[in-house]
Amino acid sequence: MANVEKLVVDKLNHHFGFTEILNDINFTLSKGEVLSIVGPSGGGKTTLLHLCAGLLDVEEGKIDNSFTTSSFAFQESRLLPWKNVIDNIALGLLANGVTHSHAIKLSQEVALKFGLEEDDFEKFPKDLSGGMKQRVSFARALVVKPSLLFLDEPFSALDIGLKKELQTHLLNEVKENNLTILFITHDLMEAIRLSDKILLLEADPGHIVKEFEFEVDIQSRDDAFVYNETAKILQDKTIIDTFELYGLELK
Amino acid sequence: MKFIYKILKDFPSYLWSGWGAIASILLFIACWDFGNQIYGNLVLPSPLETFKTLFLMLQDETVILEIQTTLYRAFVGFSISLIFGSLLGLTAGFFATASMMSRPIVTILVGMPPIAWIVLAMIWFGMGDETVIFTVVVASFPIIFVGALQGTRTLDGELKQMAESFNLPWYMKFIDVYFPHIFSYVFPAWVSGLGMSWKIVVMAELLATSDGIGALLAVARSQLDTPTALALVTIMIGSLMFIEYIILEPIKREVESWRM
Repeated sequence: MANVEKLVVDKLNHHFGFTEILNDINFTLSKGEVLSIVGPSGGGKTTLLHLCAGLLDVEEGKIDNSFTTSSFAFQESRLLPWKNVIDNIALGLLANGVTHSHAIKLSQEVALKFGLEEDDFEKFPKDLSGGMKQRVSFARALVVKPSLLFLDEPFSALDIGLKKELQTHLLNEVKENNLTILFITHDLMEAIRLSDKILLLEADPGHIVKEFEFEVDIQSRDDAFVYNETAKILQDKTIIDTFELYGLELK
Repeated sequence: MKFIYKILKDFPSYLWSGWGAIASILLFIACWDFGNQIYGNLVLPSPLETFKTLFLMLQDETVILEIQTTLYRAFVGFSISLIFGSLLGLTAGFFATASMMSRPIVTILVGMPPIAWIVLAMIWFGMGDETVIFTVVVASFPIIFVGALQGTRTLDGELKQMAESFNLPWYMKFIDVYFPHIFSYVFPAWVSGLGMSWKIVVMAELLATSDGIGALLAVARSQLDTPTALALVTIMIGSLMFIEYIILEPIKREVESWRM
């Protein structure tokens, strides 16, 4: 097929009222790529992601999204409190017109894969721990087999064990299904572990100041690599400026 | 269908959980009997005498007819409030201006004592069904309206966005995202609206009509027939408890199991 799936962001600006949130954002995300956008909190990262996902209307500039399917995993799990685990996971499938029984079956399979147990299937979100909720949220986003996955800091409230487990799931999806990911985070280490390319977004207004690319394939990155690169990147002048890391040494 | 089945399935265990409630009612009746022993039959007839009177009344066809009249008025009034209160409340909740403008009006409606409405209604409609039904509507409408308004006003923007991100079709958005939330506000409002209707209908009848439970109560008062008055009160409370605990509560439990 000649029509390759990709997401092209071209000269994107965005305002909320008179406040400029994003200024001249340009990047291209190709099929099978993992692109991270890192930057300090309040820098317009989430706005950018919502614009790309079509949850906000583009005002200035252009976003061209030719991916056939996409789904979203939010920072908070955003489960429907009145639906049990399986029905929550099945939501996206049902919206795509999958029959009910088939959707339930697929949801159960994916739930087990994401470390949920059969005892949990009938539970309501109020009876789940934060980590379990986020497992359900990931299962819900991935069960629809999206071609493009939007991630809005979904790991930020998880313990390191669960974080690593879910990240491994994502890396498997990238390997097996050629999943494309647009990933927002403020955690450099996370970004280095998962992404082919990192864009650094400086705040006020949000604009891209630097781009990092890594030689080593994401599937073969070990802890040593991640720590090493994190240490290196923290020495970077632009990173220090963007995250305002100077002058924080103990006096 | 699944819901109805679940409600029926859980019903026995729900009833079984009612022993505590029954014990507290029996304790209340014991206090009542104690009051009777202190103050005597004229002021406070004993529970036994009241229940005997009640039993005799329920065998009297004219009394049954009066109860039906009251039921009819309460039903019509409450239904009008239910339909219009819910619809208007839901619509008002969707528009910031409408909800802002309706607040003071609701305050006026709630703040105006029902007794004042009865007087006005008597002047407007005379002594009959309309006066009673009008009063019931005016008293229960604001409760339902506010419940419905809160339901739509408090819809969770984050869940809306989530629904958006999964491209839910409109009917799924309504059934799976909006409805359960709105219902959890509207249903309790219906329950309190019903309780209000049931109280107001008797009050309006007592002042404005010559039939219905309220009118019977007025007669009992003029004849100093305390056992009959208490028996009528027992009918009122008994029927309200039946509707609330036997019919509505099991539904509520099932529909809101995700909350408890």
